[in-house]
Amino acid sequence: MRTVIQGGRIIDPARRMDTVADLFIAEGKIAGLGQTPDGFVADQVIAAHDRVVCPGLIDLCARLREPGQEHKATIASESAAAAAGGITTLVCPPDTEPPIDEPAVVEWIRRRAKAAGQARVLTLGALTHRLRGERLAEMAALQDVGCIGVSDGGHPIANSRVLRRALEYAATFNLTVFLTPLDPDLGHGLAHEGQVAARLGLSGIPVAAETGSIARNLELVRDLGVRVHFGRLSSARAVDLIARAQADGLPVTADVAVHHLHLTEIDLIGFDSRCHVRPPLRGLRDKDTLRTGVAAGVIGAICSDHQPHEPDAKLAPFGDTEPGISGLDTLLALSLRLVRDEALSLPAVIERLTWGPARILGLDRGHLGVGAIADVCIFDPDAEWRLEPDVMRSRGQNSPFTGWELQGRVVQTLLEGRSVFAGR
Amino acid sequence: MSDYHIQLDRQDRLVHFLTVEGLTHRHLTEILDTAESLRGVAERRIKKLPTLHGKTVVNLFFEASTRTRTTFELAAKRLSADVLNLNIATSSAVKGESLLDTLRNIEAMQCDMFVVRHEQSGAAEFIARHVKPHIAVLNAGDGRHAHPTQAMLDVFTIRRHKPDFPNLSVAIVGDILHSRVARSLIHALNILGAGEIRVIAPRTLLPAQVETLGVHPCHDPRQGLRDVDVVVMLRLQRERMEGALLPSEAEFFQRYGLTEERLALAKPDAIVMHPAPINRGVEIDSRVADGPQSVILEQVTNGIAVRMAIMSITLGHHARSTEENA
Repeated sequence: MRTVIQGGRIIDPARRMDTVADLFIAEGKIAGLGQTPDGFVADQVIAAHDRVVCPGLIDLCARLREPGQEHKATIASESAAAAAGGITTLVCPPDTEPPIDEPAVVEWIRRRAKAAGQARVLTLGALTHRLRGERLAEMAALQDVGCIGVSDGGHPIANSRVLRRALEYAATFNLTVFLTPLDPDLGHGLAHEGQVAARLGLSGIPVAAETGSIARNLELVRDLGVRVHFGRLSSARAVDLIARAQADGLPVTADVAVHHLHLTEIDLIGFDSRCHVRPPLRGLRDKDTLRTGVAAGVIGAICSDHQPHEPDAKLAPFGDTEPGISGLDTLLALSLRLVRDEALSLPAVIERLTWGPARILGLDRGHLGVGAIADVCIFDPDAEWRLEPDVMRSRGQNSPFTGWELQGRVVQTLLEGRSVFAGR
Repeated sequence: MSDYHIQLDRQDRLVHFLTVEGLTHRHLTEILDTAESLRGVAERRIKKLPTLHGKTVVNLFFEASTRTRTTFELAAKRLSADVLNLNIATSSAVKGESLLDTLRNIEAMQCDMFVVRHEQSGAAEFIARHVKPHIAVLNAGDGRHAHPTQAMLDVFTIRRHKPDFPNLSVAIVGDILHSRVARSLIHALNILGAGEIRVIAPRTLLPAQVETLGVHPCHDPRQGLRDVDVVVMLRLQRERMEGALLPSEAEFFQRYGLTEERLALAKPDAIVMHPAPINRGVEIDSRVADGPQSVILEQVTNGIAVRMAIMSITLGHHARSTEENA
């Protein structure tokens, strides 16, 4: 199968490329750019005039709810949502049921993802057995079957001794460790400890729940030299800590959920359970500093932190609802909104969604160089649309962005050169 | 969803009573004046008005509380309503029925008003958003968020003794962090234009950024009680010791308990209030609780008139609203 994508604005941040050209794909790989490669005859022509052509998006954190919570979503339903959102690679954290702490679960997810065939699903293995923070998981075996890193899966390890050994063991096999920056004892709350929590009478999660955990973990990294990625920063002070650590040359990276770049604690007023997320939405200054951190590259990736829920999970008083936002449908459009807000340039936004996360994962993906796997996202940067539950592809319709006017819409997604989504 | 007006109809009338926050001087005055006119009912030989005759009020308590439930029950009965008491804490919620299912079931019994108490902040608002439109919802306490009828009976009691709100100085002492009473009272006092509100507690019992609620935080009662007109003591729950918020009841009493010596710092005619039940010797000394400046029992009496007022106002508006929209 040979495809040419004609006349699009090709943005390939890995090579600092932003140019109007034709993109040639053969046998699932990028075959050339600009000049037609020798002997190339296209079977398929995709017209992309006035469209942006970029690498397929890589989402560093997406709960697909399978295995274990199929009443919320499945690998098939969420892969389809990813394809429609221009996302070609999903990274699945290990807090499935059962957790990804043994090779059989990895194999099972891989089979389900392959059967669905609409997105590449990568797995993070558990750091500890059953994610309990007590005994180490068989990380080497998990690596052998394809886990691209190891993680606490949203269940931070409280015991510093266990954590240090888990990091040390992971470093033995050159595994990147994905940590949740949260002190579990300080993190038992419902909302950012600030004026909104004071007014609504919601228990507070202080910023120190995040920064205390990061500060300790940075010291462990300083000791051990292990590569650590901090997932979902929520506070300005966390950005400062990571920036200083990076300046010191520590091998640490970070990401942010796109909703933290748009919402603040104020959005909780009225007890809007759709804004119940962990880490919590914080203050305006936090939101602004997170944006600055993304612009400066301290935060190397923007992710969806996708957590689809069935309607009942959000239909209760705030504290009885489950945290999380269904984010695959809006990852691209909400990220593009940062361009409109003049927080980032368009190529920079695309970098944080493609090459940025690829580098964090240590993967040869997220770029359009000749020979690269042809994961491609084609989107109309000017298309305006309104998010409504019935236009969401994810099975989870729990989004606080419902009713928002968004700009930028995926028109086609290619996974290894094959079209997995084609809109209008 | 981010509005506080679900309790108001398009004509700005109260159709639920969920929180004091966001209401106006006019709304509060309507309640206080109505309560004043109803206060005499209890002194009559027949303590009943026909206002809610034929209406059914359901006390929907997801958190046990005999005292508060009883005052709502009495208020409803004095207005001639039929009253049903449901303690959900010991029934269906335990069996795993969702809150919405519980609501649907009780709605099907053709009720007119839900009086709701729930351990989660925001529960009353959630229920008001999901009940059938003909049902009025009164918040009898949701988590740490609000206890608006308590706040109204508190300001009603204050107004009877100290009507000059602009020159009023109020101290609220104790566990502000966990107190829905404090939050609602602070809003009510601010809306009525109270001169100064001080909250007095150790830092562990004050919410972060409490000053954004429109109060002056203070950690030392020797300063905080000086020259106030009203002292509101809050109940201290025993669990606070286990949560590492306080070392002991004894140390709390020693530092923050309201004794005669501390009360002497307030104005000579200051009144002492408490939402009850009181912990003698923990937050308040018996000599103060039973002393001449205490209006604690008067609060209980006033609570019935104030709840009668709120019930008749919301149900009256509700009926008119439903008619206009029909």
